[in-house]
Amino acid sequence: MIPELMKLENISFAYETSPVVENLSVSIQEQDFIGLIGPNGSGKSTLLKVMGGILESDSGSIQFKESPISKINKKLFAQSVSWIPQDHPMVFPFKVSEIVLMGRHPYLSPLSFESSEDFEISRRAMETTMTSQFADRYFNEISGGEKQRVMIASALAQNPEMMLLDEPTAALDLKYQVQILKILKDLNTTHKMTLVLAMHDLNLASKFCNRLILLDEGKIVRDGSPEQVLKKDILEQVYGVEIDLDSKDGNIRVHPAIRN
Amino acid sequence: MNSRSYVITLSLFFLLFIITLGVTPLIGSSKISLARAFSDTISISNNVDANILFQVRLPRILLGALTGAALSVAGAIFQALLRNDLAAPFTLGVSSGAALGAVIAIALGLNFSLLGIPVISLFSFLGALGAILLVFSLVRTRHGEFPTGVLLLAGVTANFFFAAMVMFIHYLSDFSQSFRIIRWLMGGLDITDYKTVLSISPMVFLGIFILLFVSRDLNLISTGVHSASSRGVNVSRIQKIGFITASLITGTVVATCGPIGFVGLIVPHTVRLFVGPDLRILIPASMLFGASFLVACDTLARTILAPTEIPVGIITAMIGGPFFVWLLKRKRQA
Repeated sequence: MIPELMKLENISFAYETSPVVENLSVSIQEQDFIGLIGPNGSGKSTLLKVMGGILESDSGSIQFKESPISKINKKLFAQSVSWIPQDHPMVFPFKVSEIVLMGRHPYLSPLSFESSEDFEISRRAMETTMTSQFADRYFNEISGGEKQRVMIASALAQNPEMMLLDEPTAALDLKYQVQILKILKDLNTTHKMTLVLAMHDLNLASKFCNRLILLDEGKIVRDGSPEQVLKKDILEQVYGVEIDLDSKDGNIRVHPAIRN
Repeated sequence: MNSRSYVITLSLFFLLFIITLGVTPLIGSSKISLARAFSDTISISNNVDANILFQVRLPRILLGALTGAALSVAGAIFQALLRNDLAAPFTLGVSSGAALGAVIAIALGLNFSLLGIPVISLFSFLGALGAILLVFSLVRTRHGEFPTGVLLLAGVTANFFFAAMVMFIHYLSDFSQSFRIIRWLMGGLDITDYKTVLSISPMVFLGIFILLFVSRDLNLISTGVHSASSRGVNVSRIQKIGFITASLITGTVVATCGPIGFVGLIVPHTVRLFVGPDLRILIPASMLFGASFLVACDTLARTILAPTEIPVGIITAMIGGPFFVWLLKRKRQA
């Protein structure tokens, strides 16, 4: 049996009064590659932040390796779980290498500088994500797809067991979308990294993820393999649009039906 | 950042500071000779050169250095915490909040110390803290951002409001208080002694050390609160430490010198161009450069119309105004 990494039980969260995540329970196994799907405002981003310890849930409990995350020291938790936002506005002119090194923060004590080991770990993270060649460039000057890879490198420098990514392929062109997902798939298979991704592209999600969780209005509608979750009637109901779905030789293709 | 380039860079800034400290005491409306100042044949009470150097110029220069250091570091911290490089004690209304606090203390005639800290400094600190909390809560969006337009508007509003309060208190106060308030509001480093310098240095140095202690956490916050949190930074605690400490050092120096504008904006920007945005080096480098900058501005203030001395705030504002416009223009183009 595959060990359980994180377990959410009856989690609810509201920014103001109306709940964004409502009474949600889910169990994440080691080496899962989970795609969180669902319409805008279904609670994907919020759920990721709650899982990453960034937002504290209003009720329910989250266990990481069988201990409640509220009891785990913040820095220790950051050594196991990393989170990557959807976009990366940067006011100050940090270099790419500096951004990646920031991933070492949970391992450093105050008033200290990164050791040669920290530099080595960051260098390897940049190699894995193919970002070494712009290590000395300014983060604000590289392209969106490059920024996303740099942020993955920075999260990798945290040396986590689990990575949470908020729409890592949004606003990227096709080539970068596939490139990012291939890097993540490689981390998942060779480094046994557990991944949870919020995603909009159902076709890519079904191709790369081994498990999909479909959210709607803060609740889980379906949780299972892409074949189990991507059903015409369920998707039409959740997204509120007519959908064409064909599955041939294990490939699922979903797109909205547009008829004139 | 590795420790070698850190030491080299800081040594250069330290060298600049030492040169400023060595040269500026010799410049002034009356010419002094070092040979006569250090001569042991003239008795100290008759040694005019030594008196000008040690009793007039040096304490003033040390106070200028402390003030420049404190305002510059506070500017760098506010910019990181609000993720906006147009934030500074002056533009945020923190300096005028501190001024209001100090004026209230003067008007109430509170002229004593509490645990070695002058009450006027405490009031000034509370004014600074109140101003930053006001701006922070007014400007922050639901997503934890601080948009430039709203930030500057809130700063301008806070400045006007505090200025009106100061005028109100000034209007109600009697002649001697009124004179003290006016003298103090003009800002300046001219009336000082070693006792003043000694009384504010512990606060300033302790504050800068605390900020250095959390500098890496602040780096992460300057790239975004959520990602900082996901790297193990206790965001709300570090924000509190940052805002309180930066207000404390601002309040401490404003209580002594009055509001001196734009130093906290110009210095962190200039230093960032040379050392980058990493606060581990930006804090000490801004401290040294800010000290040198304000001492240089003050030297200009006391010599440019010699023998008349003008308040140093006029010099910093004349440099700072155009600098601010340039920054705003560059930001709009970006």
